[in-house]
Amino acid sequence: MDTNDNPSQTLIEPLPSRGGQRRPGLRFFTAAGAWLLSLLAHLGRAGVFFTQTLYCTATPPLKLRLAVKQIWFIGWKSIGVICLMAIFTGMVLALQAYPTLRQLGSQGFLGPLVALSLIRELGPVLSALMVTGRAGSSIAAEIGIRRTNEQIDAIELMGLNPLRYLVTPNLLAFLVALPLLAAMFDVAAILGGYLVGVKLLGLNAGSYFGEMGSYVRMHDILGGLYKSASFGLLIAWVCCYKGYYTEPGAQGVSIATTQAVVNSSVLILACDYFVTALLF
Amino acid sequence: MICIEGLWKSFGAQEVLRGVSLQVQPGEFLALVGLSGCGKSLLLKHVVRLMEPDRGRVLVNGQDLAALSRRELEATRSRMGYLFQNSALFDSLTVYDNVAFPLREKTRLGEGEIRRKVMSELEVVGLQNAEEKYPAQLSGGMVKRAALARTLARDPEIVLLDEPTTGLDPIVSGAILRLFASVHQRRNLTGILVSHDIPAIFGIVQKVAMLHGGKIVALEASAEARASRNPMLAQFVNGDPEGPIQLIESREEPDGRTRPPEMEDAVKKSGLKQP
Repeated sequence: MDTNDNPSQTLIEPLPSRGGQRRPGLRFFTAAGAWLLSLLAHLGRAGVFFTQTLYCTATPPLKLRLAVKQIWFIGWKSIGVICLMAIFTGMVLALQAYPTLRQLGSQGFLGPLVALSLIRELGPVLSALMVTGRAGSSIAAEIGIRRTNEQIDAIELMGLNPLRYLVTPNLLAFLVALPLLAAMFDVAAILGGYLVGVKLLGLNAGSYFGEMGSYVRMHDILGGLYKSASFGLLIAWVCCYKGYYTEPGAQGVSIATTQAVVNSSVLILACDYFVTALLF
Repeated sequence: MICIEGLWKSFGAQEVLRGVSLQVQPGEFLALVGLSGCGKSLLLKHVVRLMEPDRGRVLVNGQDLAALSRRELEATRSRMGYLFQNSALFDSLTVYDNVAFPLREKTRLGEGEIRRKVMSELEVVGLQNAEEKYPAQLSGGMVKRAALARTLARDPEIVLLDEPTTGLDPIVSGAILRLFASVHQRRNLTGILVSHDIPAIFGIVQKVAMLHGGKIVALEASAEARASRNPMLAQFVNGDPEGPIQLIESREEPDGRTRPPEMEDAVKKSGLKQP
């Protein structure tokens, strides 16, 4: 008797071998289940990685010399590109906002508008995205290459915890460097806005800065800095994690680097919403 | 002493180790040979618990590695030295700093004492004039020697060497093996040497084990291994393409699992008796 004619026999039929054909419905559920399990495994591993990193950061020995070196790499070496990006952002912001404010007869509010947009939102977000592209990708690739070349295994076999040498210094560096870079971004962008608003469009300089002083509160500045710090934590976590668990080979490192940048960028924007809702 | 008991390891459907058992007595050095990709390096990684077996266990000095806490494992690893196949030197550090790294991080030695120790190790491997160079500035042989110096820097009791001479010319390769033989003699090391450098390695090890099809198929004293009566080891030692070991690809079994080439089939085909 043909097995297809007998439903009970079809139900207890063993799964065909890997090379065999599966029914489309079964194939979909198998693939969906495998994807879900893989996602949960990744999330679990990322959670354990983050917890272990926080433990290593909170307990001695801290590798401060390595952290300082990373602050130099992440922070100091990003200043140029951050300032350049910030000046143009401020200029565009002023150029876009001025005509609308003039229509409403409120061009005097250009200073507060530029400053608040930058301090509360654009400064932290854009500097974090830029640092992800410049330093986060590089850190993911470096850690990935160390994994591929078995340097991480070598550290482990010396009886040492690789997280203390490769991840903790980066976490500390991002936490220190990113708020400072965001602050620099704000200053440079406000100057960019000044160039367009005052020098190009003829707004009174006293009005640009004076109104800014009246509307920007310390709460806004601190909120922006907290945001930057939380983005720093996020970039360090995602980029180091992706590098640390990279697949072997050049392609593995390339995929890890791409994923590090894409995932960090998306998470920065998602996190931005929640932090904004919490702080402001 | 290293004791490997019934070790199994699979990656997905591919079974690489299929019940490997092996013992290395204190002061003894064992050469592990076999076809490329048969799982020698993988077996070595189980001995330091860089890999977890699916089944079986590894005992080092009587301690089951799987039962050790992180701290105990770190202590056990501190007594072991591991030379990686691709050396795994830290490319951001000089040769001197690479060798000094484990001493700085895991001992309480002062910088003067560390310098004395590092320079003495570099002298042993003949790299005393390359201390300030970075790994990228070294030749393949120098990289291997620098890695050997780092492996030996902390005076390990157990040493695991993964293809220390692969890719090197015969003179450098001979020099490294001779260097290793003298270190082994002076320090009475216990360990496993994975190498294809046959018959040069027979002079420095006490035993030879052959891994094939995920199992140990031959285990002999090195003096006997030179003219082994085991057909597989004899074929391997002589580098003969004809014999019980055939270069066939892993095949898929009816249950969907992939197994390495089975020696039984090859033995059957060649008409020889299975060891």
